[in-house]
Amino acid sequence: MVRKEMVAMLLAGGEGKRLGVLTKALAKPAVHFGGKYRIIDFTLSNCVHSGIDTVGVLTQYQPLVLNQYLGIGSPWGLDRRYGGMAVLPPYMKSKGGSWYKGTANAIYQNMGFIDRYDPEYVLVISGDHIYKMDYDLMLDHHKASGADATIAVIEVDWSEASRFGLMATDETGKITEFQEKPKIPKSNLASMGVYIFSWPVLQQYLIRDEDNLKSSNDFGKDIIPAMLADGIYLNTYTFQDYWKDVGTIQSLWEANMDLLSEESQLVLNDKNWRIYSVNPNQPAHYISPAGNVSSSLITEGCFIEGCVNRSVLFYGVHVGEGSVIRDSVIMPNAQIGKNVTITRAIIGEGAVIADGVYIESAEGEDIQVVASDEMVLPAGTAKEVEA
Amino acid sequence: MSMDMMGVVNLIHEPDELEALTAHRPLATVPFGGRYRLVDFTLSSMVNSGISKVAVMAHTKYRSLVDHVGSGKSWDLHHRQGGLFVLPPMASDMSDLRKGDLFHLYQQRDFFTRSQGDYVLICRSHMVCNINFKDVLRDHLESGADITAVCKRQGDSLGGKARKVKIDASGRVTEMQDHFGRLQTDLVSMEMYVMRKDLLLDLVETSLAQGQDHLVRHGIMSRLDRLRVHAYLYDGYLGIINTIQSYYLNSMQLLLPDTWKSLFFTPGPIYTKVKDEPPTSYHEGAKTVNSLIANGCEIEGTVVGSILFRGVKVQKGAIVRNSIVMQNGVVGENSMLDHVILDKEAYIEPGRDIRGVTDSPYIAVKRKVI
Repeated sequence: MVRKEMVAMLLAGGEGKRLGVLTKALAKPAVHFGGKYRIIDFTLSNCVHSGIDTVGVLTQYQPLVLNQYLGIGSPWGLDRRYGGMAVLPPYMKSKGGSWYKGTANAIYQNMGFIDRYDPEYVLVISGDHIYKMDYDLMLDHHKASGADATIAVIEVDWSEASRFGLMATDETGKITEFQEKPKIPKSNLASMGVYIFSWPVLQQYLIRDEDNLKSSNDFGKDIIPAMLADGIYLNTYTFQDYWKDVGTIQSLWEANMDLLSEESQLVLNDKNWRIYSVNPNQPAHYISPAGNVSSSLITEGCFIEGCVNRSVLFYGVHVGEGSVIRDSVIMPNAQIGKNVTITRAIIGEGAVIADGVYIESAEGEDIQVVASDEMVLPAGTAKEVEA
Repeated sequence: MSMDMMGVVNLIHEPDELEALTAHRPLATVPFGGRYRLVDFTLSSMVNSGISKVAVMAHTKYRSLVDHVGSGKSWDLHHRQGGLFVLPPMASDMSDLRKGDLFHLYQQRDFFTRSQGDYVLICRSHMVCNINFKDVLRDHLESGADITAVCKRQGDSLGGKARKVKIDASGRVTEMQDHFGRLQTDLVSMEMYVMRKDLLLDLVETSLAQGQDHLVRHGIMSRLDRLRVHAYLYDGYLGIINTIQSYYLNSMQLLLPDTWKSLFFTPGPIYTKVKDEPPTSYHEGAKTVNSLIANGCEIEGTVVGSILFRGVKVQKGAIVRNSIVMQNGVVGENSMLDHVILDKEAYIEPGRDIRGVTDSPYIAVKRKVI
């Protein structure tokens, strides 16, 4: 068989604890985003547009929705005779088996998958992030530098830097120090969780890491520090476009709102970099004579008789007459009754909001969330949301 | 359970008065309803009814048809057993193309004899509806008729042209006339016929032997005394899309919530080719009422009583009223459209004012710049 130059390993087993009710029954990469997508669509589409046709998707936490969504990879053009997409859950071996203990262990357990394609390079990415990136340019950078590993980084505000894994570099971009969420940051170059490794080097470190019983088997905490300690050449690749880790309710809401800004850096309507997704197959959306929509994203299958402002509506959402939706994200097939007021909230997939309900959170307060398939009846006052 | 009936979408000499809209495409791929092509409704109804083998008999200008249906994947019609087959005309020379559909069915007879299943459903693409053909087949088997014709009571066909049908108390078709016939009736033929495959092949051979080459006119209409033709009455939404007037008026029917809810969802969803357009973006100051909008549009102006297909841009100050703008059309700043149909990729320069009337909407051809 022809060898593949680079194989992508996409980490999609994360629970996304801080997304609360939104990830109760599905993995974080399967969380809805941007009117018709799930988060993982961005990284899968990036792979395809970067010329990568072999992608292993590592799943573990609540995989049912994700597995069904991914199928055989057809929506992303990853249903190939040789290569294509493979969903890789933990599995039994002759000497027993185990769950994926960490991100590095997940790759370790699937070294056999990678070796089937005998690649020179392995791209390790996470299905939790929203960004459009050409991994092929990063690979060029990796090859030109002669590094053993290249880590994509993005400049963040110094005030926020201590939330990230940070890379201190020399003037050529070579990494001199790595700090995981430090109190006092020495750099504002944050790791995006996008790594290109020369496969023989990574393989060696995965095996060594597995032998170290004290290791947490994590790329950021174990593999990268070990490589750095050995003086392995680790380089950075600076990315200057939109990148967001939607790890919390607040950041998920913000990322959706980012799409509505006239100066949004994340352009979805980009014919040269389409974000592919599973087609929900719905008719064009309808706005009634009483309806009114501005500064919003509306998807096929919506039926709008109310007023929608600065909001993102996924497919199949119905908004009844007299209802007002502001600064909110309404997930697929949610049914909003008449005279409902929703402000600064995320309404889960298939939720039903009865006539006359108020769901509001004020500026500065936590974003209100209604869980998937939840039914909200009027209580006369703002609804209390259970965590 | 697999179904004992295959589907045929017959595009041979499909009656077409859509003028500029069919200048470079067959009737089957005329865009309709914001994101569909006419043929999607027939194909989706077939698939939703459990039909898993469908032949589309192409005739002329069928590049866009092949492009649209592709492997049949969007309709779940690409699989080992059955699937979608586009049958191009097997013409030896240009004069063969002019021959009737029976000639073309004869040329493709191997396809039919090789196919499993005892029954054939033969349809056109211009009858826009959402129908369960399982019910039609069940009715056909119960009545014991030779042929079952799907019909609808429709007082006003909104300018669409359809054959007229008269039935007796038992539901047997006693008369059928072309749309210009004098028959006084509100019953129209939806040009959907269920019959045994061997009867179809028999009609093909015997008619051709007698120098007749039109399936419905010669094979069925002239044999109403010998063949028992039974009418199945459909009562959902039906749009007969074969004139500009009926195209426009039926499009506007989609702005009625009841039509939207029934045509697109019941009894089953309508499938079409996937385009991966993002959600439509409404900008600040955009105003849209009573309209049908597909994905991928950018709206900065005003849209009233209109249908926008995928990827349409309505720029600042532009007003689109009572109009249909097909894929990727651009309406420039401060332009005004009223009763206009813009075919794909038309570009209206800023400040233009274009108006048609209900009976005769203004039509801009594909890629026209105004």
